[in-house]
Amino acid sequence: MDSQAHSPATSEPAGVRRLLIGVALVFLAVFLVLPLVAVFAKAFENGVLPYLQAIVEPDTLDAIRLTLLTAAIAVPLNVLFGLSASWAIAKFDFVGKNFLITLIDLPFSVSPVISGMVFVLLFGAQGLLGPWLIEHDIRIIFTPIGIVLATTFVTFPFVARELIPLMEAQGREEEEAAITLGAGGLRTFLKVTLPNAKWGLLYGVILCNARAMGEFGAVSVVSGHIRGLTNTMPLQIEVLYNDHKFVAAFAVASLLTLLALATLAAKSVVEWKSRRAFRFDVTPDP
Amino acid sequence: MAFQLKKPSPLPGFGLTLGFTIFYLSLIVLIPLSSLFIKTASLSWQEFFSTISSPRVLASYRLSFVASMIAAAINTVFGVLLAWVLVRYSFPGKKLIDGLVDLPFALPTAVAGITLTTLYAQTGWLGQWFAKVGIKTAYSELGIIIALTFISLPFVVRTVQPVLEDVQKEVEEAAASLGAGRFKTFMRVILPEMRPALLTGFALAFARALGEYGSVVFISGNMPMKTEITPLLIMTKLEQFEYSEATAIAVVMLCVSFLILLLINLINWRSQRLMVAR
Repeated sequence: MDSQAHSPATSEPAGVRRLLIGVALVFLAVFLVLPLVAVFAKAFENGVLPYLQAIVEPDTLDAIRLTLLTAAIAVPLNVLFGLSASWAIAKFDFVGKNFLITLIDLPFSVSPVISGMVFVLLFGAQGLLGPWLIEHDIRIIFTPIGIVLATTFVTFPFVARELIPLMEAQGREEEEAAITLGAGGLRTFLKVTLPNAKWGLLYGVILCNARAMGEFGAVSVVSGHIRGLTNTMPLQIEVLYNDHKFVAAFAVASLLTLLALATLAAKSVVEWKSRRAFRFDVTPDP
Repeated sequence: MAFQLKKPSPLPGFGLTLGFTIFYLSLIVLIPLSSLFIKTASLSWQEFFSTISSPRVLASYRLSFVASMIAAAINTVFGVLLAWVLVRYSFPGKKLIDGLVDLPFALPTAVAGITLTTLYAQTGWLGQWFAKVGIKTAYSELGIIIALTFISLPFVVRTVQPVLEDVQKEVEEAAASLGAGRFKTFMRVILPEMRPALLTGFALAFARALGEYGSVVFISGNMPMKTEITPLLIMTKLEQFEYSEATAIAVVMLCVSFLILLLINLINWRSQRLMVAR
């Protein structure tokens, strides 16, 4: 990469280079770094004690608990789906495969507000199943169940999307060899497929989890904002902010920002690991 | 050979995994999404049209569309610059910056919303400078554009980066030896190479900005006819239990999103064909 920087035919003069780097860095500093700094500056504006007090507030603790619970349900469900979908799609040829992949990607192109709204149209009091649900005294909208459903919807494609291309690239020979040698389907999956796909899986889980914990729009529609009951961390941020409790709002926000930074770090590590694993795979032993 | 739905394979588990995949897909995505279209079908044409052609709804469509366009355009220009700098040059902290580009994907939108609002409010770190020259940033159209630019920042960088890494150095050398300057080489040789990726990145950024709710709701001020984006209007209608109107507004937006998705697929399909043709 460095070698081409020295060839005058395929590189720019040092001045132009510095200017371009400078403009790029200023853009990133204003748009990305400054907001990052601001979150923590505002959260610790009055010192460490008010920050900690804001976090151990009962409503905030309830919000943290609900966010963790929601992710703990939505992420494993989508992992199970991702593994199942990628096995079917990557290891077999069948009619309608591309169409199926497009359908799996659908939640990514739906606005968060609409993602929440479809559940209100389905389960809300005026919804399609509303009268039946009321008759049987089942409530979904404005309860944690609705929040889990909406979160599962918006995080639906993450794991499958990482696994499908990876497992397609890895081919089927290893699995076919394992089956021919007498291993069962489950054993082949656990001993051959899963170890090969582990970094992609982990990557998908990390992204899925970040979105599950941070989702705002979809959850906002189905939550009803009942404090201590149906407020997740992002919703609690909105409540605190609208109550002009800025330090508290930014304290909760700082926790989610730490999660985002951890997600980015984990993502870099996984990318690095998987690239290395891939390199070992393709370099034959001497 | 007879027509087959599935090619034979020695591997087991096809029925089970495909069955579960379709079952779960239907349960979580297809059935809930279909409720939107079932609800739409229950509206009369007149109801539907009078809703989506009301001045307030049209104003929200216009605002969402224009603001998303501008945000995507800003990100296209800076996305190319960032991708170029990250691929071609080396400087201290490059790895860190490369990782940081994905921050808007990882940072919850509510956090982005309150942070940007605080930064660009009249007394904020950045807003005060704009206020001095009489420009209102937060609680105006400009604030919406800033928020949308933030949340759609990574798309163009991430679509252009791999293409730029693959551009053959020989082609640039050839251009240089034929007498083209660096700028001309960029415009005539490198830019055409990047075009499909650029369009894809632009469309992805635009689509994401169009549907965005969390970050904008804080910074926009939410004034009907002025700073009310479409997702927010849908939210307002839902809170007033006007499900029919919310549905009509949403269906139009969803169709636009699907059109963009289709466009992206067409671009990718075409550029893949071009690659094969070469």
